[in-house]
Amino acid sequence: MKFGVITFPGSNCDHDAYWAAQQVSGQKAAFLWHESHDLENCDAIIVPGGFSYGDYLRTGAIAKFSPVMESVRKFAASGGLVLGICNGFQILCESGLLPGALLRNVGLKFICKPVHLRVENADTPFTSACHKGEVLTIPIAHMEGNYFCDESTLAELQRERRIVFRYSNAEGEITAQANPNGSLDNIAGICNAGRNILGMMPHPERASAPELGCVEGLRIFESLATALATK
Amino acid sequence: MKAYVYVSLKKSVLDPQGKTIQGALKKMGYKGLEDVRQGKYFEISLGDGLDRTEAEAEVGRIAREVLTNPVIEEYRFSLED
Amino acid sequence: MITSPAFVIDPAVLRDHGITPDEYEKIKQLLGGREPSHTELGIFSVMWSEHCSYKSSRVHLKRLPTRSRLVLQGPGENAGIIDIGDGWACAFKIESHNHPSFIEPFQGATTGVGGILRDIFTMGARPVAVMDSLRFGPISSNSGLSVQPGAAAPTQAEIHKNHSVMEGVVSGVASYGNCFGVPNLGGETKFEPCYSGNPLVNAFALGLVKKNEIFYAKAAGAGNPVIYVGAKTGRDGIHGATMASEEFSETSEAKRPNVQVGDPFLEKLLLEACLEAMQTGAIIGIQDMGAAGLTCSTCEMGARGGVGLEIEMDRVPQRETGMTAYEIMLSESQERMLLVAQKGREAEVYRVFEKWGLDAVQVGHVIAENTMRVLEHGNVVAEIPNQALTDDAPVYKRPLQRWEPPVPREKPEHIQWNAGKDHTSDLRRLLASSNICSKRWVWQQYDSMVQTNTVEGPGAGDAGVIRIKDSQRGLAMALDGNGRWCYLDPRLGAMHAVAEAARNVACAGAVPVGATNCLNFGNPEKPHIMWQFSQAIDGITKACEELDVPITGGNVSFYNETLGEGIYPTPVLGIVGIIEDIRQAVHPGFREAGKTVVLLRGSDPGDMADAEPEFGSSEYAKEILGALWGYPPALDLEKEAALQKAVIEMAQAQLLDSAHDCSDGGIAVTLAESAFSKGMGIKVNLVSRGLPSEFVLFAEDASRMVISCDRGKLHGIQQVAVKYGIAADVIGETVPEKIEISVDGAVAVSANVNELHKVFEESLEKALRTEPELVAAD
Repeated sequence: MKFGVITFPGSNCDHDAYWAAQQVSGQKAAFLWHESHDLENCDAIIVPGGFSYGDYLRTGAIAKFSPVMESVRKFAASGGLVLGICNGFQILCESGLLPGALLRNVGLKFICKPVHLRVENADTPFTSACHKGEVLTIPIAHMEGNYFCDESTLAELQRERRIVFRYSNAEGEITAQANPNGSLDNIAGICNAGRNILGMMPHPERASAPELGCVEGLRIFESLATALATK
Repeated sequence: MKAYVYVSLKKSVLDPQGKTIQGALKKMGYKGLEDVRQGKYFEISLGDGLDRTEAEAEVGRIAREVLTNPVIEEYRFSLED
Repeated sequence: MITSPAFVIDPAVLRDHGITPDEYEKIKQLLGGREPSHTELGIFSVMWSEHCSYKSSRVHLKRLPTRSRLVLQGPGENAGIIDIGDGWACAFKIESHNHPSFIEPFQGATTGVGGILRDIFTMGARPVAVMDSLRFGPISSNSGLSVQPGAAAPTQAEIHKNHSVMEGVVSGVASYGNCFGVPNLGGETKFEPCYSGNPLVNAFALGLVKKNEIFYAKAAGAGNPVIYVGAKTGRDGIHGATMASEEFSETSEAKRPNVQVGDPFLEKLLLEACLEAMQTGAIIGIQDMGAAGLTCSTCEMGARGGVGLEIEMDRVPQRETGMTAYEIMLSESQERMLLVAQKGREAEVYRVFEKWGLDAVQVGHVIAENTMRVLEHGNVVAEIPNQALTDDAPVYKRPLQRWEPPVPREKPEHIQWNAGKDHTSDLRRLLASSNICSKRWVWQQYDSMVQTNTVEGPGAGDAGVIRIKDSQRGLAMALDGNGRWCYLDPRLGAMHAVAEAARNVACAGAVPVGATNCLNFGNPEKPHIMWQFSQAIDGITKACEELDVPITGGNVSFYNETLGEGIYPTPVLGIVGIIEDIRQAVHPGFREAGKTVVLLRGSDPGDMADAEPEFGSSEYAKEILGALWGYPPALDLEKEAALQKAVIEMAQAQLLDSAHDCSDGGIAVTLAESAFSKGMGIKVNLVSRGLPSEFVLFAEDASRMVISCDRGKLHGIQQVAVKYGIAADVIGETVPEKIEISVDGAVAVSANVNELHKVFEESLEKALRTEPELVAAD
């Protein structure tokens, strides 16, 4: 099983995602260069966090035009697993692979802190190692994480159970206070209709070792590894 | 020829920056404010190769496909010789 | 033949360039008797500025200890380097960006962070942590009285200005570091009236490099190409270095065009490209263009290698049209590097920079003469021996004059001590005070976890701690400085800065191994300021020697004065320590109820005659009494060293559940902070030994730590304490929810931990949210 991590100019969580993927899969991962169409036969693609193209213009706005994203689109269309983390989520939305957009945080400031996430759907390749309703603690670190979409899209996401993570308190209650950035419906992560593309603002790769104080992010990677192993 | 492109959030999208600026202006005592929206502004210099119609089409495409995210933003632009 | 268009050097021109008549005579002598060209005069003016030449400080800096068996690179390079074992080394340094941050807080702070990061990766080290030491003027009118005698309470306009400076600086630090992708482990943020017109922005960065892959800023090999990489050169920041060498006046804000703009995205590309290019083996030496830009990198790289660099202005990538050699040489445009490559292997270097989408162009070559030569349109416009700009720069032994601060050394009579008073509200006020309260509002805007190495981030503790992947090891680092103490006694205050930074690192279980200093002072031409500086150097020297932490680099920032009003002398120390096994890192907060709480103490509390003058320099005196008197606490460095060694040994033997150093606000604040992280309570009894309860709870005696442990480990802890000759007194235990501190058995503080925590957490945000009253309410 081989994970591929995309490097755009300005990606800065590519090494982190690479490291976490490698820990979980026990196998070498690959860095995929933005200018190349070649996905190097990877079984799952991670679009990592960072500031691709400096987040100039809009977050993810320039990255979506890169050659590698063309291949990712094709890969996803054929059912390939794609995980977008933070800036990766923003890029997937800009690319149209996921609906909606990520706006500036309501508080207008960059926020870096661990948050609680309630798993809304454990029936995806990204969350099979979790239980529905379970609360994970995973850090966020972003300026534009305020999820927005129109009403009909929201209704569709809800109906199709495509909201995968929502910001909650430690007890798993979805409250306004637990919403760090103003996201619609406390949305922290969503998937596509095919359940093979997940975008999330929190950074699971940062909650991946006991020394770091939390290991619950590893579940996402473990779920992915299981999905690939049983594919 | 020069193109001036203005990009702003759609009316239906909350603009916290605009709201903050509005609040500050009000506090500072500026009168008569109803709403402040923040946006982006681009100045694009075009070479001689394009006539006005072509320029209009090209700038429209740039604004639509790159400068704005249609989920949240809208644009308008003007051309000047 | 040096060509210089009709240009007359008169006294006014020299004044504009910050060059004295004597210095001008020396310039002519160094040029073999001829007059300098316009470009040359500009080059001398920046290289001989205080900022670049250290002309006032050099004679004193020589006294600092700079060696140990772990120091691989001491002062003189872009950053110091320490051997940390397992084949790894770390490069680190702290630098000020005070003047630019006052003029334009956001950009000043971003370029400060950018500059220090370049200093680190120029050495081949990937930056893995940054921290900042920030000083601002008061941000609320109710927090303490102005302790600087004669100074009025801050006006609303001043507070408003301080808010916006702080907001700008913090978002600047955040914007640059977050985009670049380096975790910010915190640091310190303090407030005093003297920083109103002179905020301090000191940025620290640390990087990791394999011991055999270190790069130096040294040119070699005549004929080798000199390559310019990164951003194009514009007119920004011309004379930034001379600006940093002047006091502020009312017209300073009109100097805004001097301020450079940072581009963290470009810097991230530059980092990746430089590290990748270094791997090719085709690069001989590399230096960033920071203060004094192309000028500084050109002459310093030549001087270090005993060769010269010849560069052509027409080849330098330019962002603006019509730039003169003078402007190009003096520009401080950001995110630029100069490197010397091996002749014939240029293509390998270009290929890497092209991959990252960066400009890389040959602008000249190495020459055998130890000279910097600048050509413009084929004419030589500057030709100066490197030594004239570096070693031969002026060195001043400026006059010193002992100075007494206009502060009483004895307690003012109206202040009385209250036996048996309930101090809960005092503790609440201290926890809410700007110097002690949580700085969450600041550090939550920083990405503190990127790179996934952060073991101890900002907020909780004394030191930031990171793991080193693929190794058992970790590093701890801390910044510390107390301007108020240095104002009262610069030597002792500076010793405290070293001791506390080292103690913070030791609390995490790390052995302090190296230090960097950022020396923020007023105008060195004033004898009493120079005396403060000299005293501080003596204090740092003494403490670094005793604690065995050599200084590997740093920076001096003079002229921190506005309209003749100087800042407190503020040396800031950054200390780095090694943790051999990261699993042994100790956290500062209590972990669970039922643990034994112990006070480790290197020195004995004195009697009333010692304690009263020392209490006048405490946060309690400032915040609760609105007064300042006396001296900083005494410091016995031998005891301090023993305490640090003891706590490190306890950590290594895994005897500790937590360790937190006692500093601002005394033991009561330490206990509360330790309780906050897990919402734990404590029940503690302290012995007064006849001192007033204020002293027992809030005095800031040095060389103390609060630790917690399993009862079963107490014996082991006491054995280590005996071995090092320090006291380890059991003072109580952790309990659920309630903080209760007694003095001689009588309850002196009693509160719910969550209630105090809320006060501690929310105070800063509240102060910043409260708009000054000069604006009409809604």
